[in-house]
Amino acid sequence: MNALLVMPIVIPMAGAAVSLLLRGRRALQCRIGIMTMTMLLITSIALIDRVWHEGILVTQIGKWPSPFGITIIADMFSAIMVVLASIIGLATAIYAASSVDSRRQSFGFYPLLSVLLMGICGAFLTGDLFNLYVWFEVMLIASFVLLVLGGERAQMEGSIKYVTLNLMSSAVFLAAVGIVYGLTGTLNMADLAEKLNSPLVGGVHTTVAMMFLIAFGIKAGLFPLFFWLPASYHTPPAAVSAVFAGLLTKVGVYALIRVFTLLFTHDVSHTHGIITVIAGLTMVTGVLGAASQYDFRRILSFHIISQIGYMIMGLGLYTHAAITGSIFYIIHHIIVKTNLFFVSGVANRLGGSYELKRLGGLYRQYPWLALLFMVPAMSLAGMPPLSGFFAKLALIRAGLEIEQYAIVTIALVVGVLTLFSMTKIWSEAFWKPAPVPSLDAARPRVEGIGILPHGTQIDDSAPNEKTASHECHNYVTPKPLMSRANWSMLLPIAVLALVTVSIGIGAELVLKVAARAADELLNPAGYVEAVLGARS
Amino acid sequence: MSLILAIVVGSLYATGLYLMARRSIVKLIIGLSLLGHASNLLIFTAGGVSTDGPPLVKRGMETLNPPYADPLPQALILTAIVIGFGVLAFALVMIHRTHEAVGTDDLDLMKSTDV
Repeated sequence: MNALLVMPIVIPMAGAAVSLLLRGRRALQCRIGIMTMTMLLITSIALIDRVWHEGILVTQIGKWPSPFGITIIADMFSAIMVVLASIIGLATAIYAASSVDSRRQSFGFYPLLSVLLMGICGAFLTGDLFNLYVWFEVMLIASFVLLVLGGERAQMEGSIKYVTLNLMSSAVFLAAVGIVYGLTGTLNMADLAEKLNSPLVGGVHTTVAMMFLIAFGIKAGLFPLFFWLPASYHTPPAAVSAVFAGLLTKVGVYALIRVFTLLFTHDVSHTHGIITVIAGLTMVTGVLGAASQYDFRRILSFHIISQIGYMIMGLGLYTHAAITGSIFYIIHHIIVKTNLFFVSGVANRLGGSYELKRLGGLYRQYPWLALLFMVPAMSLAGMPPLSGFFAKLALIRAGLEIEQYAIVTIALVVGVLTLFSMTKIWSEAFWKPAPVPSLDAARPRVEGIGILPHGTQIDDSAPNEKTASHECHNYVTPKPLMSRANWSMLLPIAVLALVTVSIGIGAELVLKVAARAADELLNPAGYVEAVLGARS
Repeated sequence: MSLILAIVVGSLYATGLYLMARRSIVKLIIGLSLLGHASNLLIFTAGGVSTDGPPLVKRGMETLNPPYADPLPQALILTAIVIGFGVLAFALVMIHRTHEAVGTDDLDLMKSTDV
């Protein structure tokens, strides 16, 4: 029993349990949330260190021998994902301390965040298909509640779509798991990797592969199945959107990469050809959607979709360089996208809206915030010294190597269009003069320009409660930037921006880690041996 | 037996999808729960249907004798049912709150967050 492997699941579970016991004590819950995430980050770094030095780590729950028991396994790819998840978890816990209103916090924001992280880490670490389903559900239920927490009209409408599509994908996933079990009599992924690729399994193989593609495609937001994402991700408070944007779709991508490198490699030209086509369509539709939007968070939501296209593109090309590129892209994207949503939350607090037309003049007022926006925004678009450039470069070079010019062209054009829509946010929210006469006066002038209905009382003395009820209508009392409360919002943004820059500077090292993960993914023999070799 | 179950699974999927395509959120939730049941039944069928073969070790024997029903799909379904039940309970509360917040049960009128 390797304790380090189960810790990323146990720590958030314990954190959630403890903070549930302290129901109603908000400040304490918040502290426990941050502490839990810090511990999670420390263990996950210890985990990736162990995996890097000792290779794939495996443990069997309850000491049942391998194909029968539940396997928890961490290879390089899982370890990377767990580290990223805990970074985002910690950043969100700090960011939420002052940005999530007290009503939402007292209804259990922090326990839910811990449960969400538990589900995500569980999904990354499990080596069993049915357990993957269970962790998906843990994660989904936590995300459902986080999404509807607060019960604003927009949130409810968004969550109907989110819940429906995700439950449908779970049903498809479950059906696919059932068929796999019927075909092979096992659900252990390493065991399946051997049995599915034996000639005994007939043509149903590809059908099952496509069912998994649909199930995970819905969760990841792939081309024809992404409609729930832009309809729901912009409705909850910024902290919730940020953790969703950073992590949830990436669990779908993780599952796709895992399943399509380990289980379904019997007919690569067919299945991965389909994935490549879907990747291209996903990139194009996502970025065109973003270009048509005028809401800060909706633009960002559509960008998630186009970026998922890049990650899947690497999987579709299915060479060592391409998978490396995909993993690098995931590393880069999780950090950057979360950060952009964080910035949107600060912009909303300062400017009082998520609508780009109502924002403006942020650069003049807060040049530092503008810089903090520029780092992730330019990284997302792929500007040279930042992480996005190297991620895109790795993928495009991989595409050129095997002469897939069509997908490479799409990737390049989409990069330019991404730059265009980031420039749109920049010029609207930061550059153009503020639509309101001046922003630094003590009293908010929102009433004067008719954003709030007349007669609405704005009480500056009790900011949290008040902003809460307005936040989802995108109306928030503007506040000075450097107050103590905003401190906890700016710190994670600054740190994540720093991480983005360091990924860019230390691209060599990150690429090495990603290449190691790709090695392991493309040679499933090591994975299989690690699980089944531990049988005796 | 498998044939009957296959037909039932198919009809459950068809009914579930039909209900989900309706405009009412109540029908949507019923449709979703039917889809879940269909998947559970599919696992059950895919695991192999056999009668008169309880997976019990007979007195005096060390291992199971071959014709026996596979207990694992039933364990899987049990888990899936519990999860599905929890999610369904959540979904019911959610549509209730949605009905309160939006004032309608018509999905076509819930478009404000769409593009």
